[in-house]
Amino acid sequence: MYLFSAHNITKNYAAHTALKNVSIDVPDQSIFGLLGPNGAGKTSLIRIINQITAPDEGELYFAGEKLRQEHISLIGYLPEERGLYKKMKVGEQALYLAQLKGVSKADALKKLKFWFEKFDILDWWNKKVEELSKGMQQKIQFIVTILHDPKLLIFDEPFSGFDPINVNLLKEEILNLRNKGATIIFSTHNMSSVEELCDNIALINKSEKILDGKVHEIKNTYKANIFEITYHGHSAIIKNTLPQSFELISDIQKNGISLLQIKIPISATPNDLIQNLLPQIEILSFNEILPTMNDIFIQKVNEQNR
Amino acid sequence: MKKIRLIIQREYLSRVKKKSFIIMTLLGPVLMASIWIVPFFLATMSDEKKVIAVVDETGIFTDKFESTDKVFFVYETDLEKAREDLEKEKYSAILSVIKPSYTIPDKAILLYSDKSPGIVTQSYISNAMQTILKNNLLISAHNISKDDYDLINRTSIKLNTEDIRTGEKSYTKIKTYLGIFSGILIYFFIFMFGAQVMRGVIEEKTSRIVEVIVSSVKPFQLMMGKIVGVALVGLTQFALWILLTLSIITTLQFSMPDVFKSPKTEQAFDAGQKIPSADQVQLQKLQHQEVREMISGLFSIDYGLMICMFLFYFLAGYLLYASLFASIGAAVDSEADTQQFMMPITIPLLFAIIMSNFVINNPDGPVAFWLSVIPFTSPIIMMVRIPFGVPYWQLALSMGLLTLGFIATTWMAGKIYRTGILMYGKKTSYAELWKWLRYQ
Repeated sequence: MYLFSAHNITKNYAAHTALKNVSIDVPDQSIFGLLGPNGAGKTSLIRIINQITAPDEGELYFAGEKLRQEHISLIGYLPEERGLYKKMKVGEQALYLAQLKGVSKADALKKLKFWFEKFDILDWWNKKVEELSKGMQQKIQFIVTILHDPKLLIFDEPFSGFDPINVNLLKEEILNLRNKGATIIFSTHNMSSVEELCDNIALINKSEKILDGKVHEIKNTYKANIFEITYHGHSAIIKNTLPQSFELISDIQKNGISLLQIKIPISATPNDLIQNLLPQIEILSFNEILPTMNDIFIQKVNEQNR
Repeated sequence: MKKIRLIIQREYLSRVKKKSFIIMTLLGPVLMASIWIVPFFLATMSDEKKVIAVVDETGIFTDKFESTDKVFFVYETDLEKAREDLEKEKYSAILSVIKPSYTIPDKAILLYSDKSPGIVTQSYISNAMQTILKNNLLISAHNISKDDYDLINRTSIKLNTEDIRTGEKSYTKIKTYLGIFSGILIYFFIFMFGAQVMRGVIEEKTSRIVEVIVSSVKPFQLMMGKIVGVALVGLTQFALWILLTLSIITTLQFSMPDVFKSPKTEQAFDAGQKIPSADQVQLQKLQHQEVREMISGLFSIDYGLMICMFLFYFLAGYLLYASLFASIGAAVDSEADTQQFMMPITIPLLFAIIMSNFVINNPDGPVAFWLSVIPFTSPIIMMVRIPFGVPYWQLALSMGLLTLGFIATTWMAGKIYRTGILMYGKKTSYAELWKWLRYQ
């Protein structure tokens, strides 16, 4: 079941096309990564999902219904370009933004107290925003984004401007939210966090979607059948005994450990490799090397740009 | 609707709580009250009493001057002694008349003084001397009685203008001032509060909060909320100004009743039994006529109509321009970049202010008519015309067109605003704005 779907979205600006026939499906209660280089069209798509702009063509569905203005109160959005009114007090401002999302004042007050306590920032309530550091402001923005218990959360580069401790805090909260039933669209350049958090991704480049699917499936599709082996013994023997179709990629000694990388043909299995190696060396560990999302990202974008 | 109300509320409260708002609100009434009060003070403000020593060799003027509470005459025979006394500041001036007096006019009559005597004193003296001379001539040479002489002397003509519809005096001068004053006030209000809207939009854009907000409300709602919020700030300020001004004036009137004689008692004094001498009439004419005219003019204005019309033209004129200001704010990244777009806003307003001088001279002419009907100039020009009386159909036409005008500019500005607020770091040109206008 998809919480959110976009079908064949096209958006043209006067001089260029921001999105060309892009479709995404975001499964319920999952974290969906929206990836792509700068200027690919991610922000355009996100603005369309938030109904800030309208697409020229294509359809949008929220929980099976056509996306309507009322759905705004079910969506929480943390934009990449984010800020707060500098002269306004923190509490007053959080209350205002929550009410704009349709939360009643009493409700907003109660929830804000809860979150401020949780993040241990209650004493900021009467401070002006300009007195806070950038990281502190981001925390407030995060709270405001999730305060109205949205079904769909959209984070655009949420970790920029946070220190590592707060990044962890935020990741935990994002996973918490997902576990409690929220669906999250997550746009970022930070590929390690994509691997850590995302269940599905879509990769957009030059206004077009060039890749999408479940993260582990994509990784499997793009794996190169390379295995890494640590061992005791002499590598010279291995080179001679390996079949022609098995390719020795590297063989290094590092910190007293010998490390071997071998690419096997598609027809072979890992067991074939182990059988080959067993008589020669003492195997300490045996791992398949999967491509990182970073590698896949760069590979796919370069392919298209070529 | 509830969201717009929230926005209006925030925009309103955040401005009303500012120090600059409070200061402006307190300073305004002091200025406005002084405009009302100064004429009264002018009317009653007496210079210090001047003592004039008259050294008259001819004897024609001796004992003939009439002293008033402002000018007092003393008669001396010795010029040298009088000079010494002048230096001791016993006299403010010495009037010396050398024999033969009026046959050789040049240098025969001299007014010595330390500080140059005021123009009122000077003209009083020369008027008095003329009267005495005429008097002398008429009575001695032509044998006319003193009574007849007084009669002759008071046949002065004053042109009174009267409105044919209301039968009231028309007080052209005070209406000119009032018209120009309210026109300029509208000009200031539009600029002041329009610029506030623009700054507010720029603030939202540079602080990057705008994208957070437009994910909750439509850009048009945000723009309208801001415009209405600032308009309410303007109205609050205006209402407070009127209230405070009135209370300042009434307090002063209460505490200093002498100063604020209504013109009616003044006129009664004028036509009362005590017929003032020709000299006094002359002096009063010189000193009081203008001021008194002004005061009765101030009482003759239909303030209710003025205030109602002012409110309408301020609001509608502001709405017409505020949305344009908002779209400028949306098109730029900082206040420094606004210059290039301010021109189309500044020019019609400035033009209206310049033309108001022309309109004052001919408040019912074709130029006045067209400028007070075209929406971009009508808020100012119509306010200039209103004190002189404007036919109702013209008022209705002007108000109707202005209403259509602000609906049109708001619609247009909304389109530019919508695109502009999400554009960062790009220098915007007019061509760009045109493109934004045509986006779906």
